[in-house]
Amino acid sequence: MQSTISSYPYLSLSVWLPIIFGVIVLAVGRDSKAGFTRVLSLIGAVVSFLPTIPLFTQFSNTAHGPQFVEKAAWIERFNIQYYLGIDGLSLWFVPLTAFITIIVVISAWQVIEERVAQYMGSFLMLSGLMIGVFVALDGLLFYFFFEATLIPMFIIIGVFGGPNRVYAAFKFFLYTFMGSLLTLIAIIYLYNKSGGSFDILAWHQLPLTMTEQVLVFIAFLMAFAVKVPMFPVHTWLPDAHVEAPTGGSVVLAAIMLKLGGYGFLRFSLPIAPDASHYLAPLIIVLSLIAVIYIGLVAMVQKDMKKLVAYSSIAHMGFVTLGFFIFNEIGVQGGIVQMISHGFVSGAMFLCIGVLYDRMHSREIADYGGVVNRMPKFAAFSVLFAMANCGLPATSGFVGEFMVILGAVQFNFWTGLLAATALILGAAYSLWMVKRVVFGKIGNKHVAELTDLNGREFFMLGVLAILTIYMGLYPAPFTDSLQVSVADLLQHVSVSKLPAMH
Amino acid sequence: MNPMINTTLSAASINMAPLSAEIFLVVASCAILLIDMFLKEGKRDITYVLSLLTLAGCAVITWGDFNAGTTTYTFFNMFVSDPMANLLKLFTYLAVAITLVYSRQYSGDRGMMSGNMGGEIYVLALFTTLGQMIMISGNNMLPIYLGLELMSLSLYALVAMRRDHATSTEAAMKYFILGSLASGFMLYGISMIYGATGSLDITTIAKLTAAGAANHTILVFGLVFVVAGMAFKLGAVPFHMWVPDVYQGSPTGVTLLLGAAPKLASFAMMIRILVEGLLPMAFDWQQMLLALAVLSLAVGNLTAIAQTNIKRMLAYSTIAQLGFVLLGMMAGVTGGKDAGSAANAAPAYSAAMYYTITYVLTTLGSFGLVMMLARSGFEAEEIADFKGLAKRSPWYAVVMTVLMFSLAGVPPMMGFMAKWAVLQAVVATGQYWLAIVAVLFSLIGAYYYLRVVKTIWFDDAVDVSPISTPMDMRVVLSLNGILVVLLGVMPGGLLAACLSAMTQTLGS
Repeated sequence: MQSTISSYPYLSLSVWLPIIFGVIVLAVGRDSKAGFTRVLSLIGAVVSFLPTIPLFTQFSNTAHGPQFVEKAAWIERFNIQYYLGIDGLSLWFVPLTAFITIIVVISAWQVIEERVAQYMGSFLMLSGLMIGVFVALDGLLFYFFFEATLIPMFIIIGVFGGPNRVYAAFKFFLYTFMGSLLTLIAIIYLYNKSGGSFDILAWHQLPLTMTEQVLVFIAFLMAFAVKVPMFPVHTWLPDAHVEAPTGGSVVLAAIMLKLGGYGFLRFSLPIAPDASHYLAPLIIVLSLIAVIYIGLVAMVQKDMKKLVAYSSIAHMGFVTLGFFIFNEIGVQGGIVQMISHGFVSGAMFLCIGVLYDRMHSREIADYGGVVNRMPKFAAFSVLFAMANCGLPATSGFVGEFMVILGAVQFNFWTGLLAATALILGAAYSLWMVKRVVFGKIGNKHVAELTDLNGREFFMLGVLAILTIYMGLYPAPFTDSLQVSVADLLQHVSVSKLPAMH
Repeated sequence: MNPMINTTLSAASINMAPLSAEIFLVVASCAILLIDMFLKEGKRDITYVLSLLTLAGCAVITWGDFNAGTTTYTFFNMFVSDPMANLLKLFTYLAVAITLVYSRQYSGDRGMMSGNMGGEIYVLALFTTLGQMIMISGNNMLPIYLGLELMSLSLYALVAMRRDHATSTEAAMKYFILGSLASGFMLYGISMIYGATGSLDITTIAKLTAAGAANHTILVFGLVFVVAGMAFKLGAVPFHMWVPDVYQGSPTGVTLLLGAAPKLASFAMMIRILVEGLLPMAFDWQQMLLALAVLSLAVGNLTAIAQTNIKRMLAYSTIAQLGFVLLGMMAGVTGGKDAGSAANAAPAYSAAMYYTITYVLTTLGSFGLVMMLARSGFEAEEIADFKGLAKRSPWYAVVMTVLMFSLAGVPPMMGFMAKWAVLQAVVATGQYWLAIVAVLFSLIGAYYYLRVVKTIWFDDAVDVSPISTPMDMRVVLSLNGILVVLLGVMPGGLLAACLSAMTQTLGS
């Protein structure tokens, strides 16, 4: 595999700038100087976004292997390296994370009034840590970032969350911690097996027997399935979403879930290809359960955040389905779906946040006829609900269509079952919009609502533009994926087992 | 390489150079004891500064030896100065010095340096340090035992310092009785080993056991008692009963003095006796350590969940953390009685060493915070006393959070690298089930550490009085927190130092 060495350390900047800004905000921010703290955080978020721009403008769509590589010895005692690089699989998540962080900072502008510095600082640090997960090509470095993301999120949910926040924060932390601890043992196993290397790309080439592969696959599955989350280990997500503050929900849905999906592509599939094929039926069944059963569960929710949370699980079921049908269009569709879901679910949670800031309720029943008082808001929420159920010309359509196409190629019935997601998605998304936004004004509180202010309009507007842009012209996204996905599938199709004689 | 045993008892032929630090400490401690007698009650800070300077002086001497990287035996092979000893001594000085900084105001407020008491607390602390140094450097059962007793007796006295305080007195009684029992165990085991090998010298014992010249049954018999004695001192289950009571009952400054630095000395004692002396018996003692380790992980972590007193919780957490150290200790050699397969030895023992150092640094900070929140007439001993610390003092809330996440083993803190190093050693021996048991208990452990974080950040403050702490403590406590993060992000240097020290010590 060839790799291109970068002249500027764009990846290091993308990782460390937000962390440094987060520390600065925590250090100098005071509630007595809340305005200054907010401006500083916004500057930090925007400056941190800048080094991620060259990543997609200078990315070569035809090169194989990692790009923008940075490599240095980190802990020589264990041959652990500070090894960063991106390929088509990880490229878009880096700017997406940095971008969502800007949106989160803006979304909290007038909403968070106490402990502003802690809120903003946590999100900035979280952003850098999550980017670290996407760009790390050293196994231990990956794990380092993967686990470290738990700390700021735990604090965000626990400090700024709703009434049941302590329970949700603990459930979030312990669930994910449990999954990743077993992954740690798999990582150590691979390290010992490979003769003392943490290079993920070297692990891809490591021959493993079927038993080893299955065990390694299951160990990784423990971490990634919890993170995605897949049925039946999804129960932490609705709790975390409902209790988290708006920004927390946005980051959780838009980025954190993708850490799991990305993990499948970086670890499970290429390191244990035979086990992946062997266990694919299990993953496909679990994915279909997520798509259909969780879709039905979403429909009966009374709390808007819970509804969108279940919808996220269903959408992520689509992603894992796409990955494990092993054809190009399916895997590409899965990745596109992850990026699109980053925009759409983030926007949906922002919409709920907008309503919650005004009414302090997330119950669908407390609303009705919002359109009469908030026409601009109504337009946005209809758009994002449409995108959520995969309307053509929105980003949601591209990914879902590709995955369904791939699934039909793989097996007609799988495709058919997957396609029911479109119907279910339309049912729960549109029904919620109907009950909340349309109809007569539900009660006197709704009658007192004011429409979006400039700040809210801006953040929803930017997301709307991106959603439509990606729906109309997905080529920049899909083109950059092609080589990496083809390489990955090529690699996965070759068995690692010793040839049978 | 062993020096020739000198049979003439002329003082001139004894090389005193390797003992420079110990001699300096004895002289300085006696001088401090005398100076302190003439000091007025308000001038106790002079004793404090002198004690810190003494430790700094020791550190300079030991640092020189450590940099030279040589291994020297002296006093008829009874005493050894090698890289492992010097590295552990350096951290011992650091730990004792930090303890003194943290406990100055706390102990002063509790009348432990006034009335008919002078600065004995400092001198006794220096004597515990001396005992630990001798334990670390002992190459003969006798000096090791003498060091252990010097340390223990000083600590018994320290625990009992608050004579008018019922729980302290109770803790002192428990500690003294159980500690004496453990010493008895040790001594009995040592006498058995002496009976089997005819020697108290570690090097000779190693030679004789490797050659199979000693009666195996008697050796195992002795080994059981020695391991039990060590487990008592370390506080490993089922010899842990004293730990929570003594941790809770002692004045917090003394808790730290007996909870932090002595673990380094106990670790050295395990290396000297079990690895350097009785490695051919590894098959036997590894099984004992296995039981101790798994039980410690289980009982420590599960019982800690039920605690509401933070000192008690940290005591159980100590038991669990030491389970990890024992895991590292038993991952050194594989293949049963064939000690030839020792390629993994230095990495595994150095992982255990790194874990011990990590544990000590983290414990110092956590108890430091407990002392910081305490005022005169008020002990911040309940976990609930940490409520709303994030509002009272955001910076120290961050420090405590860092320490708790480090104990739980979450990156980027130091505790993660330590857990990682030990798990790597365990997995390398092929004992996957053991690694899985260890991580599952870490998961349980994460719960009670998180609960402290929750109390700090999520709960509203009950006590809103500002925290008044002397400047020296503020600075050191902040550095302590920063160090735990820094050594988590950049652990390379210390890991390499542990490995090379251990390799040289085992190779000599």
